[in-house]
Amino acid sequence: MSWILTPFKIIGNFAHTFIRESGRMVCFLTTAFFWVLFPPYLLRRIVKQINFIGVKTTLVIVLTGSFTGMVLALQTYYALVKFGAETSLGPVVALSLIRELGPVIAALMVAGRAGSALTAEIGIMRISEQIDALDAMALNPYKYLIIPNLLAGIISLPLLNAIFVVVGVWGGYAVGVGLTGVSSGTYFGGIRDFVDAKDILEGLYKSLSFGLLITWISCYKGYFTGYGAEGVSKATTQAVVLSSVTILIWDYFMTSILLT
Amino acid sequence: MIEVVDLYKSFNNHEVLRGVNLKIEKGQTLALIGGSGKGKSVLLKLIIGLTKPDRGKILINNQDISKLRGKLLKQLKQRFGIVFQGGALFDSLTVFDNVAFPLKEKTRMKESQIRDTALAELARVGLSDAESKYPAEISGGMKKRVALARCLVMKPEIVLFDEPTTGLDPLIGKAIHKLIRDCQKSLNFTALMVTHEIPAIFSLVDRVAMLYNGKIIASGTPEEIETSQDPVIHQFVHGELEGPIPIQ
Repeated sequence: MSWILTPFKIIGNFAHTFIRESGRMVCFLTTAFFWVLFPPYLLRRIVKQINFIGVKTTLVIVLTGSFTGMVLALQTYYALVKFGAETSLGPVVALSLIRELGPVIAALMVAGRAGSALTAEIGIMRISEQIDALDAMALNPYKYLIIPNLLAGIISLPLLNAIFVVVGVWGGYAVGVGLTGVSSGTYFGGIRDFVDAKDILEGLYKSLSFGLLITWISCYKGYFTGYGAEGVSKATTQAVVLSSVTILIWDYFMTSILLT
Repeated sequence: MIEVVDLYKSFNNHEVLRGVNLKIEKGQTLALIGGSGKGKSVLLKLIIGLTKPDRGKILINNQDISKLRGKLLKQLKQRFGIVFQGGALFDSLTVFDNVAFPLKEKTRMKESQIRDTALAELARVGLSDAESKYPAEISGGMKKRVALARCLVMKPEIVLFDEPTTGLDPLIGKAIHKLIRDCQKSLNFTALMVTHEIPAIFSLVDRVAMLYNGKIIASGTPEEIETSQDPVIHQFVHGELEGPIPIQ
């Protein structure tokens, strides 16, 4: 008889865990934003975290951005040639990068590099009682650990996205103009004609929300990590997987909202 | 003065503390002994307000810390200091910055004053030459001393020690005990020390309390505890394998 109930138990457990975790995550974020309103504002820590999340990810963004632009130009060119529309290469590359690939790939890179490190750092602070030490000193751990990371994520992601897009467009230019023979004027002229401020804003909104999502998930997983090295390693993996999946799901919903 | 009244705390339906009653007079040092994983550290965290009890009172100078929130809790916490089991030093800060951290964050002292105070505290624990090192570069004994300096730099009225000599060799352990005793004498703080250092600790503290099955089963002078005929206390204090305490 118990085998009949097993699937229901599994579904029930999953639903219970999902609802509980979601509730805790929302409470965590709400608490953090509540404390944003009160001093001290710890600007130095925010700048330090912008350096960690943003500046130190720049090289990865430049590399992935340039190659994404290059491969996008190459694939798009051979598709457009079939319709005799190779002059549209510039706008297709730019719009793909600005509206979709820039925000998403930049966010995935940040989740992999900075998000995992954030979870591990906060997790180690938790298991080595450093967070308790802050609390025992009557210092708010949210102010010292969570808020600077959330703000740094929100500030850094749009900037990284901008770098990704610019480098990607130039990567596309290198392939499109340098290899396939599209003229420079056609490439940039098309971009100027077809890319609107609305497209740039779409990318900006996405990267802002991804910045918050990554740092929120990473900080949450680190703050409530399990015991010992295994707990931290599990939390780090979960943070990266959950951030990446959430970025893609959220991207779909944002796109559908912003396009309507 | 600290007074714990009928304190209960459970985690995941497992009752760790089942009606703890404990009293520590002002300026006194009390050693809390008991089996590993039986709730001693939980009791420390409850006393300092890091976690809330399910039931019961924790009175600090007649103020119930478990009922306090926000600013009042913050003010009360400022009268405490705690030395965690592993030191809980901030990895990203140097020894000096660790000690200066509470001063920078919680006082309006000038840079020069902060420097002098932190260095004086480091000198008190004998670590003047380690100020620029990071926690990863110093030994376990040094970490405990830095943790003690960081704790004392705010001149707390009550200091809690969570196994301050765990993982140290007997000589360093003895030196740490002496250091704690000297600091206690000079600063006259009230101290609660969770420890397994039996019988070494008996010569250093004013009173000893034993936690067993989630309750304080005995509290008295070190001599009273050491010579107790209670089978549980006798077995624990003398480290005997045979007796009422099951070996797990």
